[in-house]
Amino acid sequence: MQIPCPWCGSRPLDEFEYGGDATKKRPEGKKQENMEAWVDYAFLHDNVAGRHKEYWQHVGGCRCWLIVTRDTRTHEIIKSEFAVPQLRSNQR
Amino acid sequence: MSGQSHRLPSGGRIDRSKTVRFSFDGRSYEGHPGDTLASGLIANGVHLTGRSFKYHRPRGITTSGSEEPNALVTTGEGGRTEPNVPATMVELHDGLVARSQNRWPSLSFDLMAVNSLLKPFFPAGFYYKTFMWPRSFWYRLYEPAIRRAAGLGTIADQPDPDVYEHSYAHCDVLVVGAGPAGLMAAQAAARAGARVVLADERAVPGGHLAGEAIEVDGRDSAAWAQGICDELDGLENVQMLLRTSVFGRYDGLTFGAVERVGDHLGNDSSGDLRQRRWTIQTRQFVCATGAIERPLVFGDNDRPGIMLAGSARHYVNQYGVLPGRKVVVATNNDDSYLTARDLARAGADVTLIDSRREKDVTGHALLPGETEVRYGQCVTQTCGKLHVSSARLADISEPDHIRSELPCDLICTSGGWNPTIHLLSHCGARPKWDSAISAFAMAKVENGVHMVGGAAGTFELQKCLQEGVAAGVAAASACSRKARKPAAPKTEKLPEYRIQPLWRLPDTISKASASFVDFQNDVTIADLELADREGFGHAEHAKRYTTLGMATDQGKLSNVNAIGVLSELRGTPIAETGTTTYRPLYTPAALGTLAGQRQGAEFRATRHSAMHQWHEKNGAVFTEAGLWLRPYYYPREGEDFAAAVKREVLNARSAVGMVDVSTLGKIELKGPDSGQFLDRLYINSFSKMKTGRARYGVMLREDGMVFDDGTVTRLADDHYFITVTTANASGVMQHMEFCHQVHWPDLDVQFCSVTEVWAAMAVAGPKARDVLSRVVDGIDLSNEAFPLQSVADARIGDAFVRVLRISFSGELAYEIYTPADCGLGVWEAIMEAGAEDGISAYGTEAMTVMRTEKGHVAGPELDGRTTADDLGLGRMMSQRKDYIGRWLSQRSGLTGAGRSQLVGLKPITNSDTFRMGAHLVTEPGTIGPDVSQGHVTTSVYSPACDHFIGLALLQDGRSRTGERVYVASPLHNEQVEAEVTGPVFVDPDGERMRG
Repeated sequence: MQIPCPWCGSRPLDEFEYGGDATKKRPEGKKQENMEAWVDYAFLHDNVAGRHKEYWQHVGGCRCWLIVTRDTRTHEIIKSEFAVPQLRSNQR
Repeated sequence: MSGQSHRLPSGGRIDRSKTVRFSFDGRSYEGHPGDTLASGLIANGVHLTGRSFKYHRPRGITTSGSEEPNALVTTGEGGRTEPNVPATMVELHDGLVARSQNRWPSLSFDLMAVNSLLKPFFPAGFYYKTFMWPRSFWYRLYEPAIRRAAGLGTIADQPDPDVYEHSYAHCDVLVVGAGPAGLMAAQAAARAGARVVLADERAVPGGHLAGEAIEVDGRDSAAWAQGICDELDGLENVQMLLRTSVFGRYDGLTFGAVERVGDHLGNDSSGDLRQRRWTIQTRQFVCATGAIERPLVFGDNDRPGIMLAGSARHYVNQYGVLPGRKVVVATNNDDSYLTARDLARAGADVTLIDSRREKDVTGHALLPGETEVRYGQCVTQTCGKLHVSSARLADISEPDHIRSELPCDLICTSGGWNPTIHLLSHCGARPKWDSAISAFAMAKVENGVHMVGGAAGTFELQKCLQEGVAAGVAAASACSRKARKPAAPKTEKLPEYRIQPLWRLPDTISKASASFVDFQNDVTIADLELADREGFGHAEHAKRYTTLGMATDQGKLSNVNAIGVLSELRGTPIAETGTTTYRPLYTPAALGTLAGQRQGAEFRATRHSAMHQWHEKNGAVFTEAGLWLRPYYYPREGEDFAAAVKREVLNARSAVGMVDVSTLGKIELKGPDSGQFLDRLYINSFSKMKTGRARYGVMLREDGMVFDDGTVTRLADDHYFITVTTANASGVMQHMEFCHQVHWPDLDVQFCSVTEVWAAMAVAGPKARDVLSRVVDGIDLSNEAFPLQSVADARIGDAFVRVLRISFSGELAYEIYTPADCGLGVWEAIMEAGAEDGISAYGTEAMTVMRTEKGHVAGPELDGRTTADDLGLGRMMSQRKDYIGRWLSQRSGLTGAGRSQLVGLKPITNSDTFRMGAHLVTEPGTIGPDVSQGHVTTSVYSPACDHFIGLALLQDGRSRTGERVYVASPLHNEQVEAEVTGPVFVDPDGERMRG
């Protein structure tokens, strides 16, 4: 399996490490009343059969964290982009 | 040619000018370069090569390829012993030693053949149904006995002396199969300029053309194939991988393959490369894997001398051997007419039995005039002992009635051809039943995949060549390599391939004799009937019930026949009977090849600190910490582990000791937001810490559990240096990168792992300052000028050093960081300077003893289930800032009563010991999860206390100081009474480290 790294190009799976669900955003609020949002963020993840957004890090390369859209049934990779929003416009 | 009774006087693609000698079951034989073990044996009239798995029936060479189910032999001797090798894939070389398997005392007289007489009592599932009670007998008695009686070869009992390696290939177009279609595809793609890898499991190119006597492009087919291969071999953009089995396809057009580099050379010196495992990454894949013939299923269809029809002519044409002189060809398709022709031309007396009516047949034009053909007939049963001696024939309309019995020494059988679709299906695609060829084929393939020739169900040679050219051009142009489409070469006109399936004969025949569907696992039609009767009639169920298709050949000959039989038994169309799943590996691979160089000490990388040499020279015993080797303790003459550790601890506590801490993870951070970034990572604050100071810090995971701990040092306003635990170093780095890139990309901070850049050592003990003052230039080390938690840059000799005054041992202590290449020099300089104060090195065990005496937590306490408060670090948790894990560490269940908290333990009787992992209970003699109140995380002998001490996680532990508990390890039948204490045993006020 290969993952296209927007910085390094297509690279073998061994160079990457999985980082989990990328559909959740870390809650902003500092208030403890926000606990439900925190629990949702940390623990409640869908086990998607189909297209899923997930974090991968190119540990054996540029060390960029990526958001990869992968079909969990076929392992087809539909999209791979930098996690850092500012870098996305520079994608090659 | 002495002894080669079945070698034809001429013909074949072997080198008759040379003779090679080999042995089989202790007898020596002769063959020629270019032979396989199978063709060499047939040349010498040997067909009987083994006994079957379950019934110990005599079996012989059935095929000429990797699909061979019967002729499995053991090759090599000693550590090179390799069991279950198909004789058809072993190239003859001088000195080859092979043995038959699963027989005792000898192949022709096998005592276990009595199993065959008992066959009616050994149906599928017999063992599991019979040997059920008493249950424990299965493992102790029945199973080992059954295993001895059944089975294949025996593995080597010595280490394998051969060398294996891994290699990687990247290409535009991977073509698997160097048959007619594959060669054309590779040639077309290569001529267009694509980078091509062409792999084939055989030693010679051409696929089935290597074993045909037909013309391609006006030349002998094998010579034509060799010509294309030579052209490709000369091209820079082509890599030819012959003797290479592509065993699996993985996601994203990644392939695994094994190249047999040295097997055919017969090397016996250590250090020669035997096999190479390839990982091939391609952009386009051309599947040209051809097709595999399936046998007909009739009574006693497994005797030696019964062979696939295509293979029989392969032996004639490629190897110049005649597998039999009086031949019956039993078929249901037109391909076998080539076999009848080639064997008749080679001088055999051939009778062709075709189950079809004459008007459905296209192949008869091929036959020499004198060949006898019987249409509408079939072989129902065979006779013979260790070799087939006759075939019983009947009309297909009346199979129960035997019309005649033909004496013969070879039966060639063909039930049709199955496209080899394994590599097309490994990623999950399911084949469809194609009634035109009566076989499973792929209806469509994914982007970037091309199927051609036999693999695509195309059995007409001219079309195979054309498909190959077209796929080669298409694959190359998909990689932006433009090519004009060349014309495919012309071949001689061969009859059209037609087939009428013949899955089975009436029950009466399968009851009177054994009709084998799966040769290697001894599965008969009767077994399939039983499976269906008992409700396991779906292909996937029948496979598990009968073990059909589960042998080393993975059912290459049997799966489709079984599905055909089941479909008839169930009265359902084949499409509804299901297929089994194709999984890698296509053919077996040696474990040594999969492991490659990753064996023994090379199983994984080993990391050494810069001072490793010194540790070795000074007798260190090493322990593994992740990939690192660290000194565990340094035993002196006559010392055991306990004595050495005790001496090292006492020396550090009374004088001075030094420990190598280079393995700590080290990360350097720069940028104006470095402090803020650290504030968000750690539970305590560092943005307000002054430059030149160092402090202990704790990180949580997002879920609120403790993740890691270490020291944070501020070197400048915008420059920090942190250490993290050895085992967690890469995880912390990834976590920091995640937080920076995903959560807070707006923070202006850069950081980098510098673990390898710095060597590090801790000097600890009351004399530490005296020792360092003699060698450190540039810092006043006095307590006033350089108090606890100070940091400064200095020199030791010519080396740059960074000195941190922090203490893990509880003693007056300094950590010295120096560039790795100065590590050994600095270490030795300190050792020399400390000699007069009795400095000695200590290992990780002494370090553990001292940190336990001080109640410092480490790996065993940071087990991923403890919060900072559990560990007594709750006061460090800042209330004034947000940080990773802050909010979820406050969820219910992680706070309040009932948490397990860090405590100390000491035995009531000083001489008592307890071990890590022991449980704490309040009533003696009670065990179990319901009564356990906690467990011991660390236990050591404390020289300072002169008895065992421990750290433990105990329910509500902090409020239970002074209480008595029982430390129980029921597994070891141990129970000791102990007192709960605070976690700090030595110098609770920390005066020593401040002194």
